[in-house]
Amino acid sequence: MTTSTRQPRIKILINSGMALSNVLEIPTGFNFENVARNVALEALLEGGQTKTPKPMKTGTTIAGLVCKEGVVLGADTRATSGEVVADKMCAKIHYISPNIYCCGAGTAADTEKTTDLLSSNLTIFSMNSGRNPRVVMAVNILQDMLFRYRGQIGASLILGGVDCNGNHLYTVGPYGSIDNVPYLAMGSGDLAALGILEDRFKPNMEMEEAKELVRDAIHSGIMSDLGSGNNIDICVISKQGVDYIRPYQESEYKDKRQKRYKYGPGTTSILTEKIVPLELEVVQETVQRMDTA
Amino acid sequence: MAAVYMSANRSENAFSTVDLVPEWAQEEVSTGTTIMAVEFEGGVVIGADSRTTTGAYIANRVTDKLTPIHDRIFCCRSGSAADTQAVADIVTYQLGFHSIELDEPPLVQTAANLFKQTCYRYREELMAGIIVAGWDKRRGGQEHCLTGELLCAMNEELMDSFLKELPTGIKVYTVPMGGMIVRQPVSVGGSGSSYIYGFMDSNYKPGMTKEECLHFCTQALALAMERDGSSGGVARLAAITEEGLERRVVLGNQLPKFSNA
Repeated sequence: MTTSTRQPRIKILINSGMALSNVLEIPTGFNFENVARNVALEALLEGGQTKTPKPMKTGTTIAGLVCKEGVVLGADTRATSGEVVADKMCAKIHYISPNIYCCGAGTAADTEKTTDLLSSNLTIFSMNSGRNPRVVMAVNILQDMLFRYRGQIGASLILGGVDCNGNHLYTVGPYGSIDNVPYLAMGSGDLAALGILEDRFKPNMEMEEAKELVRDAIHSGIMSDLGSGNNIDICVISKQGVDYIRPYQESEYKDKRQKRYKYGPGTTSILTEKIVPLELEVVQETVQRMDTA
Repeated sequence: MAAVYMSANRSENAFSTVDLVPEWAQEEVSTGTTIMAVEFEGGVVIGADSRTTTGAYIANRVTDKLTPIHDRIFCCRSGSAADTQAVADIVTYQLGFHSIELDEPPLVQTAANLFKQTCYRYREELMAGIIVAGWDKRRGGQEHCLTGELLCAMNEELMDSFLKELPTGIKVYTVPMGGMIVRQPVSVGGSGSSYIYGFMDSNYKPGMTKEECLHFCTQALALAMERDGSSGGVARLAAITEEGLERRVVLGNQLPKFSNA
């Protein structure tokens, strides 16, 4: 007989004087309440010196191509917020499943969350069915979701992966349109990158040649586009596995830090200290037994 | 609490205007397009160009706009890429389900009506022009042309009684309605179709063979792709008959030339 440790789960509702005793019912789907707040804030700040911060976008050059042994994906690493570089080492190649990776261009938060959601769903599917997900499945799920949100999710994605049906490369647009092509570039630097790809792409390329071609495509995007820059990441997916090379090539224009920006303890002197105990009274106590055997 | 602010305008979305993403990349992906379908005895020939544009940029120059809906039924898509792909997916599912229930291959007319239902119901939101063509054993080769944008209503009963009076084999429709469905021996669609109505009217003859139809389609597509900026790339053709499907691609440099320039 096993002795199971029964962990009681105690739920205590605290009346701390703040109006937070009820858990808010979160409606399903997107919550657009902050949009109204942002509009009001902008109206307040209009004419003043300060501006509301722009959402972080991956200005971006992303590219992908199908070669003989698998799929090669590439991306730059610059994320911009208006005219400021918000992140110099942004990871734009997102993990979807062990055999599928996705590059994202557009609004950084949207690409991040969409690919996260897709990855979670596919993991659940893998566990349920015991199979590796197929690239078409990922593409269909993305297409469904983006079409349902009618372009409000600003995510342009390049999905690449290797499955039992071969090597695949797909692009999904923000409105939910998909294209299946052997080579692709997306983002603000796509014209420059596509020029390189159109010139030198051949079907069934060797792996090393393919990596160089993708690197060159991203490099031309970085050189010709303001929204792309810094380092180049490459992700190589093949039957044997995934090689995520980050960074594949570092930027030639790296800056050196002038000073140390870490502050040791004691840098800020404490002038006064005041401790106010929070008056709490236990309003309700419920014990729910959980069988955690 | 706060009101939900949703922009009804399609172009206002997560992208802001002051940005490093160029204007043309913020547009929705549209299949500018030229699509067409021609009937012949025993089957149907369908054709399309291969260009998908986002504004002025060609997002995909080798698109396949001839989408299978069922084994012997295809649709040619024009309009918004996302909308047409979604509608085609919906109809593929509905038709597949219907076919399994019936335990026999579905009729082209059924497929066309399913398209019409979706396109008409959501006509305010969708931008989709679709030609449905294929082979079924009741009527042989046939095609139906759909536009999802006009505003008239359709009287189902009137149409049914009208249809019943027609003997099978006659390919004439005279019901002008919208979200509409019209059955014709030849039809063209998409932005490039305006340039080839004349060619179509003067060169189509009833009773052509499959090869003649393929030749006719190639020529028409070449003419449209020459004149329409939103059509181009390669010409994709398919011939659907009882035996099966034959797909052809005519590359850009192999298209017939009509001018000396």
